[in-house]
Amino acid sequence: MLENLFNSFPLLGILADSFPKILIPGLTVTIPLTAIAFSCAMLIAVAAAIVQFARVPVATQLCRFYIWIFRGTPLLVQLFVVFYGLPKVGVRIEPFPAAVIVFSLNEGAYCAETVRAALEAVPAGQLEAGLCAGLSYLQTMRRIVLPQAMRTAFPPLSNSLIAMVKDTSLAANITVVEMFRATEQINARVYEPLALYIEVGLIYLLFSTVLTWLQRVGERKLSAYESREG
Amino acid sequence: MVLEVNNVRKSFGQTQVLKGVDLRVEKGDVVAILGPSGSGKTTLLRCLNFLERADEGTLRFDGEEFRLGRMSKKDAARVRKKTAFVFQGYNLFLNKTALENVTEGLIVARGIPKAEAEELGRRALSKVGMAEHMDQYPSQLSGGQQQRVAIARAMAVEPEIIYFDEPTSALDPELTGEVLAVMRRLADEGMTMLVVTHELGFARTVSSQTVFMEGGVVVESGPSKKVFECPEEGRTRAFLQTGGLERKE
Repeated sequence: MLENLFNSFPLLGILADSFPKILIPGLTVTIPLTAIAFSCAMLIAVAAAIVQFARVPVATQLCRFYIWIFRGTPLLVQLFVVFYGLPKVGVRIEPFPAAVIVFSLNEGAYCAETVRAALEAVPAGQLEAGLCAGLSYLQTMRRIVLPQAMRTAFPPLSNSLIAMVKDTSLAANITVVEMFRATEQINARVYEPLALYIEVGLIYLLFSTVLTWLQRVGERKLSAYESREG
Repeated sequence: MVLEVNNVRKSFGQTQVLKGVDLRVEKGDVVAILGPSGSGKTTLLRCLNFLERADEGTLRFDGEEFRLGRMSKKDAARVRKKTAFVFQGYNLFLNKTALENVTEGLIVARGIPKAEAEELGRRALSKVGMAEHMDQYPSQLSGGQQQRVAIARAMAVEPEIIYFDEPTSALDPELTGEVLAVMRRLADEGMTMLVVTHELGFARTVSSQTVFMEGGVVVESGPSKKVFECPEEGRTRAFLQTGGLERKE
């Protein structure tokens, strides 16, 4: 019966046929790329934010420089420099790891600013109280200040994560076969650009919707210590 | 003697806030530091626990001598583990429950096993009448309750001395009493306390020594009874006559 339906509406057949072929690279490439790169970005962001917050000499200037470069140049240009440019000086990186490196560094630069702002927003007395309780600076940061800052930073960081899921489509330009490139390849065979690009758009929307929902759950969990009114 | 500081000097930019302060605290003393706003009392207290770096001065604490102007992080951490600080704004750890606030310093800084620390924490909280609130977060407690938890956090580590920085100044009058009562009990138990305060009543009745500061220097100090009843300095007398009503804005 389904066969009949597809025969009378060939477009439906194409969409149904392409759906798993788009979704699978989504699950095996887009999501892992996002997950790995965003995790690395978080590590970079927290480190760079703490360095600046603590005003570590030299390292602070290096962080500012790094953020300046990666926020000030297009992501696509960064991808091209690493994937197409670096082989000129003998550094050859496979497409997927190249994408991971660029997305981590790019996202890390943006998120470092988010985390730094959130650290600055934690009342200064929290750090002082930690030190007076005998905790070291790093212990106080890790156990008292950072958890509070992450609560503040969580919504904007979720925002960045959702943006990143969609930005991974740029990796198609350096031959990573993620969702978007998979769609392009199918389209090259069947030429149904409107239907296929809407289809992949909807799958991105599905991914973002799941993340939005996760954000809400996460916010509820993190706000455990906030006031009863809140 | 628990603590002695000599010639503490501190400037913020061009403004000299402490102009050579000497202070001595004996074991079991409750020392009240009084003085008008801007007299440098709070800055002195913060220098003693290295929250501000003094420009000059020596600290003798627990048999060791330190130079306040060039205190290493290691020495500062070591001294801090034997002291405790109660802030004007409580500064409870906002992401921790009342009990966790008390146990944090015990477990993380002093390596006391969790179960034992929680026992000590519960005991300290019941002393300040906060045992039934131990699982609540600071945002769920009133100012007076938060300050009592902060005092429990300070006493739980069995410090050589507790510094109090205007512990009741942020509280409504009706909540001030409950905090002062807890401090009075702590004094009766022999805890060594250095208290920057505007509560003349507390200074007069609870503290054994009173220090009057103005303009970054100690104007007068001595046994509280003497300072209150027959102050030697005119400025002390004037301050006590106005009831020390000047408040930090």
